[in-house]
Amino acid sequence: MSAETLEKAIEKKPAEALLSKRRKKLVTDPLVDENPITIQVLGICSALAVTTQMKPTLVMAISVIFVIAMSNFVISVMRNTIPSRVRIIVQLAVVATLVTLVSEVLKAFAYDMYKELSVFVGLIITNCIVMGRLEAFALGNKPYDSVLDGLGSALGYSWIILTVAFFRELWGSGSVFGIPVFDTISGIFGPDFKLATNGLMVSPVGAFIILGLIIWVQRTKTGYVEH
Amino acid sequence: MQQSNAYIITFSVILTVVLGLLLSGTAQLLGPRQQEAIALDKKKQILGAVISGDEIAAMTPQEVNEYYSSHIGATVVDINGKEVTEQGGVAVSAENVDVAKNYKKPAEERLYPVFIYHEEGDPSAVKSYILPLYGAGLWDAIWGYLALDTDMNTVGGVTFAHAGETPGLGARITTPEVQARYQGKEIFDESGDLVGVLMQKGEGKDYSSEPHKIDGMSGATITGTGVNNMVKNYLDHYKAYIESKKSSSAVAAL
Repeated sequence: MSAETLEKAIEKKPAEALLSKRRKKLVTDPLVDENPITIQVLGICSALAVTTQMKPTLVMAISVIFVIAMSNFVISVMRNTIPSRVRIIVQLAVVATLVTLVSEVLKAFAYDMYKELSVFVGLIITNCIVMGRLEAFALGNKPYDSVLDGLGSALGYSWIILTVAFFRELWGSGSVFGIPVFDTISGIFGPDFKLATNGLMVSPVGAFIILGLIIWVQRTKTGYVEH
Repeated sequence: MQQSNAYIITFSVILTVVLGLLLSGTAQLLGPRQQEAIALDKKKQILGAVISGDEIAAMTPQEVNEYYSSHIGATVVDINGKEVTEQGGVAVSAENVDVAKNYKKPAEERLYPVFIYHEEGDPSAVKSYILPLYGAGLWDAIWGYLALDTDMNTVGGVTFAHAGETPGLGARITTPEVQARYQGKEIFDESGDLVGVLMQKGEGKDYSSEPHKIDGMSGATITGTGVNNMVKNYLDHYKAYIESKKSSSAVAAL
């Protein structure tokens, strides 16, 4: 027994760099090549629902980043003690707790946002990306790697919903982050010139169209084909 | 890895207790701040019936509180329009009357708060009367505030809020676009009967020449009906109070 541990200690490789190539890949892969929304087509519900404007979308993105990274961390820490027969329930309990925390904090410090996002914060629990990462990664990997993996997926989700929200707010409401853009441009060209907003962009259908275009552009560039 | 039932049960119990404590601790910690946020939100809603949403959005929470205390007076009345100052030995104030709780009682027993919007610092120079409303939408409760001008007939503005209407459809009652449709409408018809303001089915028609009708919300007719019932019911409940103010302002005009 003692000889064995000694041997292991000798064989032990130098500690992996904090941001080694493999670890960087954990974060960067889900941004484009393994993007949860555009490639895996997960988390579409909230991508459609909260993206009419940039501001709530940003809050949503931050909430999701927090929930995925933290739940990945917690589950990964506990991965060797979680009874496999009840692991889904355990994951759900952890995710639900984190989501409730986010919701409580929003209610206390950003009540308007809390009202606007309403049910969608609670629905992070059912966001397939969260449970998907727990099952696929956190249960079998170390905490630090799991956090990186969670961050990667969450950032991949975030930049897509922010892009969708950018175009939806620009074309639907004529503004970006609540700052009127269309009115300003119209002002430059005189009173007769007016850029019209498109009501379709405000409805969930608009999100579908933008999302479809993003996926189209991405797959054209990367040559990704669904198997 | 196969664990014994005892292990699974112990694990679950510990997990539940830890998570439970974490959540209740957070709720305790953030509770006061949340109460503040809710109180502030209520003030914003009340003010929203008389000043525009953009103006309110531009104010800091402190400014909202100051504006509220210098511009809003309040009283509580019963179904007969009589002022109520105490109930069961406890003093009542409009801010503390829970309209939602009162909604569960029969209409005759409810307390009806009235918020009075006046010139800055001068409670006698009334600009409008703001009446709370409460009712049922399609999925859950809806509520709001309706401001009546001093002629007790013209609607100065409304704000609506909801607990669970469908986003993009019924939830549109919270948008300035829909709420602006109520402005300038009248609640009494020529013969003096209380008819309220009714949201119509369908959207996109012009009702500007009809004082009691407003354009509806496409795809949200049931929510619209809920709003109509809510407005009509509460105007009926406040009718005695409205009539009393009407006659007193008529006397003042003479």
